[in-house]
Amino acid sequence: MNITRFTSKGFLIPGLISLVILIALVTLPFYGSLYNVIMVTSILMYIILTVSWVLFSGPTGYMSLATAAFFGIGIYASAIFLPNTGAILPLLVVVVIGGLVSSLVALGVGALTLRLRGIYFAIFTFGLVVLILELGNWWEHTVTHTRGRFVMLVDNDVIFYIMLAIFVLLMLTTYLIRRSKFGLAMRSIGENEEAAAHIGVNVTMVKVITFAISAFFMGAAGVIWATKLTYVDPYVAFNPLFSFMPVLMAIFGGMGQIYGPVIGAVIFAYLQEKLQTEFPYYYMLIFGFVLVAAILYLPDGLIGLIQKLWRLIRRWRKGGAAKQDANT
Amino acid sequence: MPESIVTIMDVAIGGLLLGGIYALIAMGLSLQYGVARVLNISHGEFIMLGAFSTFTLYTVVGINPLICLAIVGPIAFIIGFLLQRTLFTQLRTSAPNPGAFEASSLLATFGLMYVIQGIALQIWGADYRAYTYLNFGVDLGGAIFSANKLVILGFAIGIGVAFYIFLARTHMGKGIRSAAQDPTTASLMGVNINRVLALCFGFGAAMAGLAGVLYSMRIPLNPAMGLQYTLIAIIIIVLGGLGSIPGAFIGGLILGIIGEIVTYIDPSLSLAAYYFIFMLLLLVRPKGIFGK
Amino acid sequence: MQILEGEKVTKYFGGLAAVSNVDFYVGQGEVVGLIGPNGAGKTTLFNLISASLVPKPGVIKFKGKNITGKKPHKICRMGIARTFQTVKIFTNMPVLQNVLAGSFFGTSPGMSSADAAREASESLEFVGLSDMAALPARDLTLANQKRLEVARAMATRPELLLLDELMAGLNATEITEGMELVKKIRDKGITIVMIEHVMKAIMNVCDRIIVLHHGEKIAEGTPQEIATSKKVIEVYLGE
Ligand SMILES: Nc1ncnc2c1ncn2[C@@H]1O[C@H](COP(=O)(O)OP(=O)(O)OP(=O)(O)O)[C@@H](O)[C@H]1O
Ligand SMILES: [Mg+2]
Repeated sequence: MNITRFTSKGFLIPGLISLVILIALVTLPFYGSLYNVIMVTSILMYIILTVSWVLFSGPTGYMSLATAAFFGIGIYASAIFLPNTGAILPLLVVVVIGGLVSSLVALGVGALTLRLRGIYFAIFTFGLVVLILELGNWWEHTVTHTRGRFVMLVDNDVIFYIMLAIFVLLMLTTYLIRRSKFGLAMRSIGENEEAAAHIGVNVTMVKVITFAISAFFMGAAGVIWATKLTYVDPYVAFNPLFSFMPVLMAIFGGMGQIYGPVIGAVIFAYLQEKLQTEFPYYYMLIFGFVLVAAILYLPDGLIGLIQKLWRLIRRWRKGGAAKQDANT
Repeated sequence: MPESIVTIMDVAIGGLLLGGIYALIAMGLSLQYGVARVLNISHGEFIMLGAFSTFTLYTVVGINPLICLAIVGPIAFIIGFLLQRTLFTQLRTSAPNPGAFEASSLLATFGLMYVIQGIALQIWGADYRAYTYLNFGVDLGGAIFSANKLVILGFAIGIGVAFYIFLARTHMGKGIRSAAQDPTTASLMGVNINRVLALCFGFGAAMAGLAGVLYSMRIPLNPAMGLQYTLIAIIIIVLGGLGSIPGAFIGGLILGIIGEIVTYIDPSLSLAAYYFIFMLLLLVRPKGIFGK
Repeated sequence: MQILEGEKVTKYFGGLAAVSNVDFYVGQGEVVGLIGPNGAGKTTLFNLISASLVPKPGVIKFKGKNITGKKPHKICRMGIARTFQTVKIFTNMPVLQNVLAGSFFGTSPGMSSADAAREASESLEFVGLSDMAALPARDLTLANQKRLEVARAMATRPELLLLDELMAGLNATEITEGMELVKKIRDKGITIVMIEHVMKAIMNVCDRIIVLHHGEKIAEGTPQEIATSKKVIEVYLGE
């Protein structure tokens, strides 16, 4: 048996569905309205944050709340290298730089902190967001004397395609890692870190590298997101909300399957955009209620719920069939 | 009295005052996390609610803020008690293991933060509000301090100490402490664990509410003000050792003094300074200064 | 040359000396039993050998090389594998994947996926779990979970295997099977150190026994010598 080889049946249908979705996305600017393109761009952004969060936190079980830090580093890279006064570097180069700087920070932070277990790791990573936010604020106030920065305007279609490219790259990476030896190492760490170390898994290295890979995508997404925002200051860039949203979206969707977080992010991001535009005054309230309800009633996420329903229906149908058998 | 000594005294009193408030908030969160295992991200919202309620009670109804302590405290207690009895009990029973409960309850309180902020936004709007109370100078051996500073300081420390004595001396307090140390043994010894958890959550919320009442005399209020206090409380309870009540009290006082000194140097750096100390400490002593 | 040697190995937890000044050796191909009352420091000594913990002070040598302070995964790849007193299998993975993780990561130059898969199947076969390869590991009985842990350790191709209370919690038949398994491992040329409270098993399969008490080594010798040692009997009766 070979885990790296997949059976054709298990691969064909998801492969086809992915292809159809991909084609629909690539051609979106040709048939969709500008509003649709912008909406899908932000949904893609949330998917990227969620899937890259799951990439690390899902299998290893370390709840990282550093997403806003990595995302914000990307946003700031954009603000520095792509000011509205004229781009200093080409857009795509900045996207890569944003990703790389985020990865570097993740490497450093990971090497320092990944020995912290459980809630301590979550608290530390969240602290990182606030620390960077406050230092950024202080820097802007007292060193550069700036209050926010403006990012150059980029065509909405270009933003969309770059976001889409990051998304596709991320899905491929996730897929390959899941099926690789590296993915097995990550899962064993999540199952039992001590045992993993004693069967030869270089636990620290696997964790730190995965953390850095996931940070790369967050940073890259931040760069392109900033061009959509156009105005950036530390509060915008390092908004703690972006640390919590991926976690909630992943839980909402269900983390067992690769598509769970994606579905969670799509629904959540759509809901958020809609609420924000249609009920700006009740947005926070409704959103909060949905969050609490999702955690209370969907512990395994939507996917878990669907699977449960599916099982119920099957059992019910089987039960019905058995009864008919008994009657005849 | 020379200028420099007055400055030092001013910073010291300010530090103690801030520290007293922090100590209350942190003791509250310490109860909720240390015993009930809920890292309550919406903790600061109870401070915000306490502060805004006082604002309304004082400016509209004309009730003295110090009397508000007796109104806000019990109400916050009831809200916290009921939250634990419903939301968190449900999460606890459905969680497969303690780690999963910590994660799901943390996320639920994040949602709760939104709900409470959303409600506050409906009632009080997004603008900053403030009122003045006891805002006159008091001469303490040549140095002038604003009266409300001294009153807040006195009440904060008084409430903190009273609560500590309650934990140390009373029957109920002992039950809470034994549950904090070891829930399984405590429940074997006949402590009704669900009631203790709800009590802890209620007391935690009450401490935050009281801190809000007191601090509202000195700061501008806004529905989004809560989160920073939650963050500070998290820092303190990690510094003091998760779940240690005296650790939270002392840690709060220390952080308040540090905060006032940093603020004296550069106000925009205080939260960054807290986090810097905090992260350094987390790396050197992950169990906190007073943790075992 | 001895395959494993420890010199003045010591480990304090706060003020408590869990392992104190222990000198020991294990010869190539031996089966050594490690016994002692609860809390004697046996598991701690395993943790020190397998690098979960670092001795302070003390030196541990494997095949003549000082391995003190190395990382656990390095130790494993050098050829020391272990099992745990409370089983630490990957409960949500299939049985085969548990073992596959061992062969993938635990062997020194690494293996191709084909080799790793073959090694994993052989290990499962060796402990007699081939039929259950596809089951989630959590569905196994305790005895089989312990076998799985042995298979996973074996898949890392160890020269020295540390077994922490393999027989604890098993019934009489399972204990006999466990003893057979230990002998089978020995016959493959793998050196074994086993912690055990089941005296029958210790006496039956060990060449030599080391006795720990309050972190100190209080006796050492053949099963015969240990069974008649006054000091050892006193320690066990004194409990
Ligand atoms: N990580 C740790 N931190 C603190 N104390 C520890 C730790 N691990 C073990 N101890 C203590 O060290 C002593 C030796 O423990 P150890 O687990 O090595 O005993 P043991 O001989 O394996 O006992 P048993 O037969 O019960 O498994 C005990 O007193 C134990 O409480
Ligand atoms: Mg033991």
